[in-house]
Amino acid sequence: MSSTTTLTEGATTIGSEDHRDYVTMSIGSQMFGIPVLNVQDVLGSQQITRVPLAPPEVAGSLNLRGRIVTAIDVRLRLGMPKKEDGKPPMSVVVEYEGELYSLLVDSVGEVLSLNMKDYQRNPPTLNARLREFSDGIYRLNGALLVVLSVGSLLNFGGHKDVA
Amino acid sequence: MDDLLSEFLTETSENLAVLDVELVKLEQNPNDMELLGNIFRLVHTVKGTCGFLGLPRLESVAHAGENILGKLRDGELVASPEAITAVLECLDRIRSIMGDLEANGSEPEGDDSALIQRLNLIAEGGAAPVASAAPSAPKSQPKAETVATKSGKTPSIYDQIGGMGTIDAVVEVLFSRVMGDLRLKHFFEGVNMDRLQGRMREYLAMVCGGPNAFGKVDLKCPHAAAVGKGMDDSHFDAFAGHMQAALNALEVPAHLAAMIMAIVYASRDEIMGRAEAGSSPTNAAAHAAAEPSAVEAAAAPEAEPAPAPSKAAAAAVMAAAAPAKSEVSEAKDSAVANQSIRVNVELLENLMTMVSELVLTRNQVLQILRKQKDSEFAGPLQRLNHVTSELQEGVMKTRMQPIGNAWSKLPRLVRDLSHELKKKIELVMIGQDTELDRQVLEMIKDPLTHMVRNSADHGLEGPEDRRRAGKPETGKVTLNAYHEGGHIIIEISDDGRGLAIDRIKAKILQNGLASESELEQMSEQQIQQYVFKAGFSTAAKVTSVSGRGVGMDVVKTNIEKIGGTVEMRSTAGRGTTFIIKIPLTLAIVSALIVECAGERFAIPQISVVELVRATTNGELKVERIKDTPVLRLRNRLLPLVSLRKLLRLDTNEVKSEDDTFIVVTQVGTYSFGIMVDRVFDTEEIVVKPVAPILRDIEMFSGNTILGDGSVIMILDPNGIASHSGQTGVAENSGADTMATKSRGHSDEKVPLLLFRAGGGAPKAVPLALVARLEEIERKSIETSNGRWVVQYRGQLMPLIHMDPSQEMAAEGQRQPVLVFQDDEHSMGLMVDQIVDIVEARLNVELGAELPGRIGSAVVAGQATEIIDTGYYLRQAYADWFGSHDRDQTGKLHKRLLLVDDSAFFRNLLAPQLSAAGFEVTAVDSPDRALMLCEAGEEFDIIVSDIEMPGMSGFEFCEMVKRSGRWHNVPIVALSSHASPHNLEKGRSVGFDDYVAKYDRDGLVHTLNSTLSEMRGAA
Repeated sequence: MSSTTTLTEGATTIGSEDHRDYVTMSIGSQMFGIPVLNVQDVLGSQQITRVPLAPPEVAGSLNLRGRIVTAIDVRLRLGMPKKEDGKPPMSVVVEYEGELYSLLVDSVGEVLSLNMKDYQRNPPTLNARLREFSDGIYRLNGALLVVLSVGSLLNFGGHKDVA
Repeated sequence: MDDLLSEFLTETSENLAVLDVELVKLEQNPNDMELLGNIFRLVHTVKGTCGFLGLPRLESVAHAGENILGKLRDGELVASPEAITAVLECLDRIRSIMGDLEANGSEPEGDDSALIQRLNLIAEGGAAPVASAAPSAPKSQPKAETVATKSGKTPSIYDQIGGMGTIDAVVEVLFSRVMGDLRLKHFFEGVNMDRLQGRMREYLAMVCGGPNAFGKVDLKCPHAAAVGKGMDDSHFDAFAGHMQAALNALEVPAHLAAMIMAIVYASRDEIMGRAEAGSSPTNAAAHAAAEPSAVEAAAAPEAEPAPAPSKAAAAAVMAAAAPAKSEVSEAKDSAVANQSIRVNVELLENLMTMVSELVLTRNQVLQILRKQKDSEFAGPLQRLNHVTSELQEGVMKTRMQPIGNAWSKLPRLVRDLSHELKKKIELVMIGQDTELDRQVLEMIKDPLTHMVRNSADHGLEGPEDRRRAGKPETGKVTLNAYHEGGHIIIEISDDGRGLAIDRIKAKILQNGLASESELEQMSEQQIQQYVFKAGFSTAAKVTSVSGRGVGMDVVKTNIEKIGGTVEMRSTAGRGTTFIIKIPLTLAIVSALIVECAGERFAIPQISVVELVRATTNGELKVERIKDTPVLRLRNRLLPLVSLRKLLRLDTNEVKSEDDTFIVVTQVGTYSFGIMVDRVFDTEEIVVKPVAPILRDIEMFSGNTILGDGSVIMILDPNGIASHSGQTGVAENSGADTMATKSRGHSDEKVPLLLFRAGGGAPKAVPLALVARLEEIERKSIETSNGRWVVQYRGQLMPLIHMDPSQEMAAEGQRQPVLVFQDDEHSMGLMVDQIVDIVEARLNVELGAELPGRIGSAVVAGQATEIIDTGYYLRQAYADWFGSHDRDQTGKLHKRLLLVDDSAFFRNLLAPQLSAAGFEVTAVDSPDRALMLCEAGEEFDIIVSDIEMPGMSGFEFCEMVKRSGRWHNVPIVALSSHASPHNLEKGRSVGFDDYVAKYDRDGLVHTLNSTLSEMRGAA
């Protein structure tokens, strides 16, 4: 993750007005970010109970300090192939409409403070499936960070209509 | 909001709720003085508190209501419906003002004068005999008045409070309160109340600076007796408290009241008999008379003081009267109220959640302990375990409330309805004390109210119609609640017109919910279920009460949301019954943990009947009819559900399901087995709702966290049942209970075994009649005596071919056989092929032309012949129908009358019963049966169905038992609803016994034992 280290060096003005803080994560080689205030927890690998008959994106349920959290496989949700390397996924726990969800990603990076001037709306060339779940992107040194929209990621009702 | 105010709101709304109920009761017994006193006290408390808090609008409304009640209590008014309505209206206004008060913290703007005027008018209406109503003050009053008018020079307290009239009233109220106070009452027992009150009046008049016409009054006299009985200062304080309350009650301006109280307190010693000569009442009076003029100057009081000074004064008085006041209210309900405190519901809820978590943690710890032998923690953990259990139980109890709480609004509702709709309605409530979880109670409150309203509005007819229908004018709505196995059952029934099928049909068509041809196919009950659909109201017109078409669907959804079910039974002309079944609590349930394909699941213990293990070569094994697995369990075929297939678990791993655990599960009366790989123990679990994404998976009712911290899904037996072919609420037939609805045309589904034999249409037989399915090696079939037999379980079992003309099929090695069995004999019916097991309604549409067929029905979309097992039984065994021979040889000749409206069951039972040695006469209705009775027929025993159109089995039984030649004939009820409740009802109307339908052995056994009992008795 060399790109991550270079990015942290650039992020010097944490918390200023034209900066936003994001929890970064990666799936394959792609970087993603979620606004830091949306994130409740970051967890290592967890024991996940499968839920039969659930939509394929639902990896199962897990126990977070006595609360039941629904785990969503972000890879499948974004239409990416299943993970092959066998490494256990990491979880980013977010709250959506009063329920907790754990977003399963390959790895979770640092919290970055990104300058708004590097932000832009989804470019039309962005993968259609990705565009559906993205609020916009940040151009970083040689890499793109896709800001995930927690709302559309977890709005299964809408997605079901599409499918 | 200020604490005082919020407390006032809580208390007052409680009081109002009680008032609603009490007032309706009062209307029914207008002469119940105790009740009236109670009501008066309640309204009075409401008013008094309003006064304290400076809520003039509420106070004035309450006052007007109280006026009427006061008159009622004094017998000056009769508790007519108008008066009660007026008081109720007054309560409603109070309620609405309180609503605003709660929302905004202050009284809303508004004018109540119209209402108050109306109330006063009603009060006046009976107020004519007011003069004669004061016989307790025969002489003093008129005198006082005349004098009062004369002595108008200096406005003394006496004049300001309104002279003798007010004092008179104050004394009245005072003594009525005192006599209601257990602490004080006994002091005055045996004292002449009229005289005592007279003296009190005079005393008050005097100390208030009234005309001196009464001279010096010696209070010692009347009080001497009381003091002699040990009256002390605390009693005096209580007495003074009542006095203060009485002054408030009569709206004596607060500053005046304060002064009067001061005087009363000043004369305490004298009254208590410790009087010095110097501190005579006259002195006190003079003292007081001097004071008011000073206060007056400052306050410039009018009849009704301006709110500001009154508030200030009230505060002052409050301080003085507070101890007394609190004592008063304490006294009122000392025994009960002191035992309870009011706790915020949220606190309880939190407590419950915490306890739930504690239970989980305890389970976790216990699990760890189980793995470690000889831990020093064992002892303390054992205690922790017990304490936690007890704590859990205790907290659960705090949440339990009698269902009567949810019903408290209903009497009022029904009463209002009966006035509005001009119907006479009686509300009968049974089992108010039945307790259930507060949360559940809250959830069913509204549905219940709605259903009662529905019953009263749509269900019951007007008095005219009822009279014409030969029913009593007063319609009855009955609420009945009782516990049944971890559930609470609430029945709401009316004796009204029942559901009009035609109207429902028309409405279904109108709303396009089903086509006409679809309707044709539907049974009556199926059509009735449409009332649970959204937007469905059959009320011809929309009344203000109901008929808007929102309702039953909401009711159903709400009840299902908490894991309950609603069932409806309706008979045209006889009324409708709704049966609600809900779990006692939603919080903690006991669940069985099972494993399938490496995943664990919880099954609520409540629906688990038993656990069995099936093995390939053991006694119990899984068999397959086509692809449907079934289990023979105690001679019954139990449909099986594979959890692996149902949940699509690990389809690639092909594991034989022949060696499996089976969780026998019951939903309603439908039983089935769930096949799982392993069974763990049971565990207490806290049901948590699943995430919204997963909510549409109907196999799960929730999820939970187990003791080991892992998440587990909770299976929903209802969902599984409906997936395995059983749907909805009403279709509860059962292979296990062998129970099925009485009528062939009911929409209850019966499991049918479909097979082919002898060409033509597929054949079907109720699965419950089949003891076993066998495939017999063809070469083992022998011929004996011109019949086919096979050696089966050490006996010769005759085999009958469906089609006698047909030769034994040559091809194939094995012959499928349906085995029918009773105690002694088995017979096999050879068929060509067993096709399937289906759930279908038995709606025999065409009569039989061939022997051995009951008729034809549509099963699985195909015309199917329903076979008459009795016919083949008779073919197989001479003595299956050999009972007649026995009879002829002088053995017992038992004549049996079978009453059942369903041709199907008559045909089914009659041969079976004759096989068992009865001479059976079957009729299709109680009316026919009674005709036979009149015609002089004799029977030894009667078997009657319960649910029949027209006269029900209960009524039939009652009729037979009440009179006529048959009153000694034992009657056995036959029904699919063999619940303890029904059983009891059956016995109460005179049924000698009660047998579940289809339970043939049970029936024969019962018949024989009933008969022998009768003989024994004779």
